[in-house]
Amino acid sequence: MGQQGRTLFDKIWDQHLVGRRSDGRELIYIDRHVLHDLHAPHAFGKLAQAGRKVRRPDLTFSMQDHSVSVQPGRNDDTYAEGAAFVRAMREGSAKNGVRVFDLGDPDQGISHVVAPELGLVLPGATHAVPDSHACTVGGLGALAFGCGTTELEHILATQVVTLFRPKRLRVNLLGSLGADVAGKDVALAVIAKLGVAGGRGFAIEFAGPVARALPVEGRLTLCNLTIEMGSRSGFVAPDDAVFNWIKDRPFAPDGAQWDQALAYWRTLFTDADSVFDKELDVDCSHLAPQITWGTEPSQVIGIDGRVPDPSTLEADKRTPIERAISYMGLEPGAPIEGLPVGRVFIGSCTNSRLPDLEIAAHIVKGRKVAPGVTAWAVPGSSQVKRDAEARGLDRIFKDAGFMWGESGCSMCAGTNGDMGAAGERVLSTTNRNFENRQGRGVRTHLVGPALAAAAAVTGRITDVRKL
Amino acid sequence: MQPFTTLSGPAMPMIEDDINTDQIAPLQLAKGLSPDWGQLLFKRQRMNADGTDNDHVLNKPQYRKPAILVANENFGCGSSRESAVWCLTGVGIRCVIARSIADIFRENCLLNGLLPIELSGDAMDRLQALVSQTDGAQPFSVDLPAQIVCAPNGETFSFEISTSDKTRLIEGLDEVGLTMKHENEIVAFEEKIRGSMPWMQEARDRRL
Repeated sequence: MGQQGRTLFDKIWDQHLVGRRSDGRELIYIDRHVLHDLHAPHAFGKLAQAGRKVRRPDLTFSMQDHSVSVQPGRNDDTYAEGAAFVRAMREGSAKNGVRVFDLGDPDQGISHVVAPELGLVLPGATHAVPDSHACTVGGLGALAFGCGTTELEHILATQVVTLFRPKRLRVNLLGSLGADVAGKDVALAVIAKLGVAGGRGFAIEFAGPVARALPVEGRLTLCNLTIEMGSRSGFVAPDDAVFNWIKDRPFAPDGAQWDQALAYWRTLFTDADSVFDKELDVDCSHLAPQITWGTEPSQVIGIDGRVPDPSTLEADKRTPIERAISYMGLEPGAPIEGLPVGRVFIGSCTNSRLPDLEIAAHIVKGRKVAPGVTAWAVPGSSQVKRDAEARGLDRIFKDAGFMWGESGCSMCAGTNGDMGAAGERVLSTTNRNFENRQGRGVRTHLVGPALAAAAAVTGRITDVRKL
Repeated sequence: MQPFTTLSGPAMPMIEDDINTDQIAPLQLAKGLSPDWGQLLFKRQRMNADGTDNDHVLNKPQYRKPAILVANENFGCGSSRESAVWCLTGVGIRCVIARSIADIFRENCLLNGLLPIELSGDAMDRLQALVSQTDGAQPFSVDLPAQIVCAPNGETFSFEISTSDKTRLIEGLDEVGLTMKHENEIVAFEEKIRGSMPWMQEARDRRL
C-alpha cells in the first residue's frame, strides 16, 4: 500500500528498459523499426562504413514513401530526382536482409499508415522511424520515437535507443465533438492551446471522453500532430476499439499468442492515482472545424473565426504575427472564410486513411472541383487505395475532377517534387504550414478532410457545415 | 564523431522563435543523396525568387564562416531531419545558443559534435544584444570544459549541460560502441521477452 500508481508512459518505458549507460542515458528496446527512403540510405551507408550489421533485420522494415511519385502509373523514374533514393533504399535493404515494401508492392505506402495497418505496430510496443511523425502510431497505444539518421544507424546496430526519460503530460480532451469535427480539429485545438513548444521534454498521453470516443484512425491523426506540440511521443491508452481494429491484421499475433497479448494489453492504462508532471484540459464541446491561418501549427482559428489583428496585441508579440499575416496574404481581423483557394491536397500520414477519404468523398459526391482549383486525393497506402476503390471513392474523386494518386508522402513535404506555386493558397490535410514547406511562397492552411473537400468544390475557404 | 572542446569565431544572430528544420535544411532544393549541405543552409530564405542572394544575415561577408548561431525559443522544431545539423556544420557552425532547443534536433546536435546551449532570462537578453552589436566583427568563444561563453568584451556567460552530454562531446565518443558495452543486457532482454511476450520478439507476416 502507499505505492503510487504508474502512468501508461512509465509502464511502457519500464517494460522496455534494457539498462543504463555509464553516461546516465537509459537504453530503451525498440520492438519495431521502420525506415524510409529519404533518410535510411545515409544510415545504411554509415553502417557499412563502420563495418556494422543490422542487428535485428527481422524487426526492421523499409518503406518507400518520401521521394516517390504519386502519379498514376508511376515507376522509379517518374520523379527522376527521387530515383537515387528509391534505388539506394532497395539496395541497402537487400544487402542488410530487411524487407522492403517497394513500389508496386501491395503493402507500399506511408510508413505511419502502413505500420498500423499491417499490425507491425502493437499496443504497448516501442516503435522508431527516422521521421518526426513516428508518433502517429501512439493512436494504437504504442510508444514511438521519431529520430535522426545517426540514431537510426544506432538502432540498426543495437536495437535500442538511448534517451533520458521524458516528463509526462496528460491532455484531457473533455466534452464531445459536434458535426464535421474530427481528430484533426481536436489536434489543432490542442496545439493552439499548448503551443508549438509546450510539449517539449514531455511524452503526452491524450485522455478523456473525446480521446476515448475517437475512432482508431482519428486517434492516429491526433497522435500524428504530437510533434507539432513539441513532443516526440504521444499516445492514447489502447482499448477494445484498438484491439478489435488490430485483430487479424497480417503481423498481429494470433492463436494462443493473441490471447496472451490481449491479456497484457488490458493492463496498459494509467493508474487512477498516478501523478503527471503537467496536465492540460481542452474542452472540445463547442469546437468548430479548425484551420490554421498562419505559418506555424499553433496559429489556429475556427472556420468561423477571424485572422488576428496585430494592432490589438502587445508590441513585443506583433512581429511574428505580422510576418505570418504578410506571408499568408491575409487581411488583419478579416474572416478566414471566403478566401479563394488555388489547390487542395488530401493525403499524408495525418489524414489519408479510409475514413478521411470517406469524409471527403461524401462532400465531393455529385459536385465538381471549382474552376481554377487543382485538387489531389492521395491515399496513405496501397491498401487504403484498394479499399477506397472497392467503395467507389476513386470514381467520386475523379468524376469531380480530382487527381486520384498512388500512395506516398507527396505534397506534405514536397520531397518528391510535388509542390504548389508561389503565392498559391493551399488547403492541405497535412501537418506543417511552415513558410515554403509546400513550395516557395506557398500559403498552406492546415485543415481536416471535410474543410479541404469543401474548399475544393467551392473554390473558397468554406464552412463545411453550411454546405 | 568530431570532439568538441573549445570554439572561437563569428556569432551569427537569428533572434527568432521557432526556426524549424524545413527552414534550416530545405530538402526540396537538395540534389541527390550527398548534396553540399552547407550550400543548402537556409537556402530558401537567403535567396530571391530569381536565385540571387538577398540581405539574409548568412549572406553578409562577416558570416561566410560562422561558428556560432544565436537564436531565441524552440530552435530546430519540426522535422527530425538530421541534415539540419549537417547544413549548420557544413558552414562551420558548431554551437547553437537558444532559449530553448527542440528535443529531436538537440539529440541530432549531440550526435554530430555540435554543442547545443540553452540560456535564458537576462543573461540571454545580454548575450543576444552583444551578438547583434558585434555583428561578426570580433569572435565569440565557447569553452565546453569550463561551460562558458565569452564575448569579445570579456563578458562571460555560464551554461548548464548534463555531465553525460558534456563528456560525449568532449571525448567524441562512438555512440554505438558505448551502447554495445551493454550487449549482454540487450541479449538477456531479448531472451526474457521471447519467453514472456513472444509476439514482441517476432514480426511474422502470417500471410506468407
